[in-house]
Amino acid sequence: MDVLLSATGVTKSFGGLQALAECHLDVERGSVTGLIGPNGSGKTTLFNVITGYVKPDAGTVTFDGRDITNARPDAVFSLGVGRTFQLTRIFARISVLENMLIATQHDESWLRGLLRSKSSKVEVDNAMELLEFVGIARLAHLQAGALSYGQRKLLELAYVLVANPDVILLDEPAGGVNLTLINGIKEKIRALNKSGKTFLIVEHNMEFVMSLCDRVTVMHQGTNLVTGTPAEVRANPLVLDAYLGGDDDDDLTEAVAGA
Amino acid sequence: MLQKKNLWWVLAIAVFAMYPIVVTNPLFTTIAVFTTIYMACATSWNMFSGYSGYIALGSAVFYGSGAYTMALLSLHLHMAAGSDMFWLVPVGGLVAMVFAVPFGWIALRVRRHTFVVITIAVFFIFQLSAINFGFTGGTSGLALPFITWGYQNFNTPFYYVGLSLVVFATALSAAVRRSRFGLQLLAIRDDEDRAMGLGVKVSAVKITGFTLSAFTVGAAGALYAMFVGQIYPQFVFDPMFDVSIALMTFLGGLGTLTGPLLGALVLEASQQYLTVTFSNSSLYLILFGALFLIVIMFMPQGVVVYLRDRVTRRAEREREAVAANDLATADAVAPLDVAVGGAH
Repeated sequence: MDVLLSATGVTKSFGGLQALAECHLDVERGSVTGLIGPNGSGKTTLFNVITGYVKPDAGTVTFDGRDITNARPDAVFSLGVGRTFQLTRIFARISVLENMLIATQHDESWLRGLLRSKSSKVEVDNAMELLEFVGIARLAHLQAGALSYGQRKLLELAYVLVANPDVILLDEPAGGVNLTLINGIKEKIRALNKSGKTFLIVEHNMEFVMSLCDRVTVMHQGTNLVTGTPAEVRANPLVLDAYLGGDDDDDLTEAVAGA
Repeated sequence: MLQKKNLWWVLAIAVFAMYPIVVTNPLFTTIAVFTTIYMACATSWNMFSGYSGYIALGSAVFYGSGAYTMALLSLHLHMAAGSDMFWLVPVGGLVAMVFAVPFGWIALRVRRHTFVVITIAVFFIFQLSAINFGFTGGTSGLALPFITWGYQNFNTPFYYVGLSLVVFATALSAAVRRSRFGLQLLAIRDDEDRAMGLGVKVSAVKITGFTLSAFTVGAAGALYAMFVGQIYPQFVFDPMFDVSIALMTFLGGLGTLTGPLLGALVLEASQQYLTVTFSNSSLYLILFGALFLIVIMFMPQGVVVYLRDRVTRRAEREREAVAANDLATADAVAPLDVAVGGAH
């Protein structure tokens, strides 16, 4: 197994709350890996640790053989780890196209950024191509704040793609969007995966995870409970217990059982 | 490529350049010198605070540093009173930049509101230092080499140097807005954490912007010192200066290119005029307060943005009337429809 991204023994507490406890996660190169678990099981915290937003108390994160534990978010991104956020975060007061340009040339020095123009033709063409890919190219010159929630999700996916990262972490890509769009996003992920991109996806929509992912890791109380193919995970009684144990996610329990 | 927009700029510069030729009354040219100083400072302040959203209330640190640079260097270098001293104007700007690096490094570690408080605190450190250190002359300030150019033509050179600072600050601000760096500042304004996650080196970008914006303010401070000939710590390190340039920018339009120019032009000119005509130096505070309330209530994004929106809205209404059908179809944005099937 060719591991591209891995977290080993990651531990993090916020005050008295143990968000992550000795958590392990491996993401194979070229895979679509799912990360599921009840609310509060530490999925997003693990994302934050991997992408440098949160410093772990213990443990290491490696990407492509390099230790990236405690690296700053911009450094992690520059190495090739892109992510989206659970609640979409776009730059509301600049145009959609300008949103796309922020991630371009992420690896150039800040001094060069001062001297060069906002965008070259190549960068704009590339940005437009990606907007075309996610289907919002005609909104390119609109202020990004005018986009709907679903369109923001697409923009966020598109501007992460601009920098051509090797692995993309998606935090609930299907959350709060309609079925047509969910299927659209799924198709995009499949297409990108076929072209060589690796994905790590946190998602509560079980149908989405089970139909898309090669491997799934289930988290529970800050640690990895079970890892396996979707079929294995579905059949594992521990998974059901994890969801049943958490009293806040009844619908998910049903979803796991039924999916 | 002299487009219509650029033509307006050329025309505006021409009008400003003609001003002391047409208006020779020293009273009005004095007002004009102060106005250019504030136009330059507000534009420069906006280039960092307007673009990045980090509202700095400590720019008087740069203004005062520039003023003291002018005073101390002209005295210690035994410069002849006269136009040679203008060479110290950019030096004042550079000294301000030197102070801006540690200032920014400390203040920009915190976000938004805390940043505002830190800038105010740093400002008071500088003001108190100027009052208490010996080399600054303490509360009695410093008297600069006395320039004897004669009453009638005294203001004109100052006015043109001030105008140059305005042009410089505006050109720099426009260049920044067009650069990758400027885009990064705007990204920081909208969502700093997200920008970080897209590879923006936020600390370096913020400190650079902060330091860059210090230059023109410091240069303007140096020009001010040379112009008035005598500086006092409470006037060059003046909290009202910080509030004024912020207010001017808010009035005109935060984050726009013309906003701070317009705001400073209106507010500084009227303040000076009120002060002179009513010989009451705090009357303008009432005007500032009232104007600020009106702007916040009716055009919270500033005059420039308000007017621009009105113009585009009118244009839109006209277009709508013509092509109502086209718009109806373009309105229903359905992303990811056809493209999905063809994804490869």
